[in-house]
Amino acid sequence: MNGKPLIDWAWVGGHLDDIAMRTVQHLQIALIAIVVGFVISFVLSLWAVRYRRAFAPITGVAGVLYTIPSLALFAALVPITRLSLLTAEIPLVLYSLLILIRNIVAGFDAVPSDVVEAADGMGFSRTGRLWRIELPLAIPLIVAGLRLASVSTIGLVTIAALLGDKFGGLGVFITDGLQTFFPTKVYVGAVLSVGLALVVDLTFVLLQRRLTPWSRAQDAPTGREQHGPSGLAGA
Amino acid sequence: MELLRATAGWLLDPGHWVGPDGIPTRLEQHVVICVVSLLVAAAIALPIGTFIGHTGRGAFAAVNLANIGRAVPSYAVMVMVLPPALSLSPKYGLDVIPIFTAMTLLAIPPILVNTFAGLRQVDPDLVEAGRGMGMRERQLLLRLELPLALPVVLGGVRTAAVQVVATATLGAELGGGGLGRYIVDGIARQEDDRLLAGVFLVAVLALATEAAFALAARVLTSAGVRRTARVELDAAH
Repeated sequence: MNGKPLIDWAWVGGHLDDIAMRTVQHLQIALIAIVVGFVISFVLSLWAVRYRRAFAPITGVAGVLYTIPSLALFAALVPITRLSLLTAEIPLVLYSLLILIRNIVAGFDAVPSDVVEAADGMGFSRTGRLWRIELPLAIPLIVAGLRLASVSTIGLVTIAALLGDKFGGLGVFITDGLQTFFPTKVYVGAVLSVGLALVVDLTFVLLQRRLTPWSRAQDAPTGREQHGPSGLAGA
Repeated sequence: MELLRATAGWLLDPGHWVGPDGIPTRLEQHVVICVVSLLVAAAIALPIGTFIGHTGRGAFAAVNLANIGRAVPSYAVMVMVLPPALSLSPKYGLDVIPIFTAMTLLAIPPILVNTFAGLRQVDPDLVEAGRGMGMRERQLLLRLELPLALPVVLGGVRTAAVQVVATATLGAELGGGGLGRYIVDGIARQEDDRLLAGVFLVAVLALATEAAFALAARVLTSAGVRRTARVELDAAH
């Protein structure tokens, strides 16, 4: 503040190794949570699509988990899992479930029933139909869920830093900067964390284009896929 | 099991229900932060979302801006706002302004995106029919589009409200009040019963918020819209 520049570039230049290490750590912690969260969500969603009655209880439980404050969940796990990687990963995985399950189920629901009937008529088995017909058509909504979940997971990793510097990723800079009244660290942590979220978000957009070349023609930027979050909100 | 009993004991202790650190005081502080930041966020996001949804102008920019907003962690917002807030107001700079700013920014994207999406999904044939019946733009918006979009709009406010209730606990990290106080103090003093009592209270408040919005959506949605919504839902399964 007071006359000092907002960002001390000399510090940034001198700590590039440290910054790179924290960025990689941040990404690793987030990716592990997203992959594990996705596998769990996918299995639960398939179950909910096949047995409709399971949908309400599954999203009900995921919804209750979603209301627990992240700071509290991280802290509440410390007596149980100690300061291990699990303490960071368990809350991140749990928070991703609601968004992912709602979007995966919505993706399967969005497959037109004519297409399913046509597949049945062509002699697909139930499993074959699922993997080769329904899954590819569900990809846009599934990826929309992955985008939301990964952006929120990358943001939440910063809160894990409040438990210690072992696995806070870029959040460690924010906590350190706050404790030592050194704004540069805070801005470095915050800006890189946002940048990381945007890069991962963009990667998913490109991945979806590769995975669903047929939808490119209709790929108008209307914000329609933004309906993912309102799937979360509106149901 | 013993921890659960200790937590229940903590919650039932009459001493924890009075005074400046008592549950009613902390609950009130928490609710005030949430309500004020939600109202400000709604005052910003609803008009912008309505304008974009009605005219279709600026949709790409607004949706992407909202997306970037989602990527900014509340904790980072709070800490970044702290230095200017402190020099602006030594009294409120530490605990009130940072958490209030962070919660308002957290609530804007879901409300904005859902308002926009809710208006966009209104059947264009209905809007045409309204125009054909001689409705003016204002009437179209207020009497036709907004009532039809209301369930989705309220869904956005509900998501925002639940997120804000759960995340406002972070304010205690900078010395603010609210239910987060129990969590932060519980961690600092290594009192697990206090910590878990805080978690429990916040979760109850978040679930109550969710239930209140579900009820509001049911009451506020016009009977006709509710009926069609149900038919569509049935047809989908």
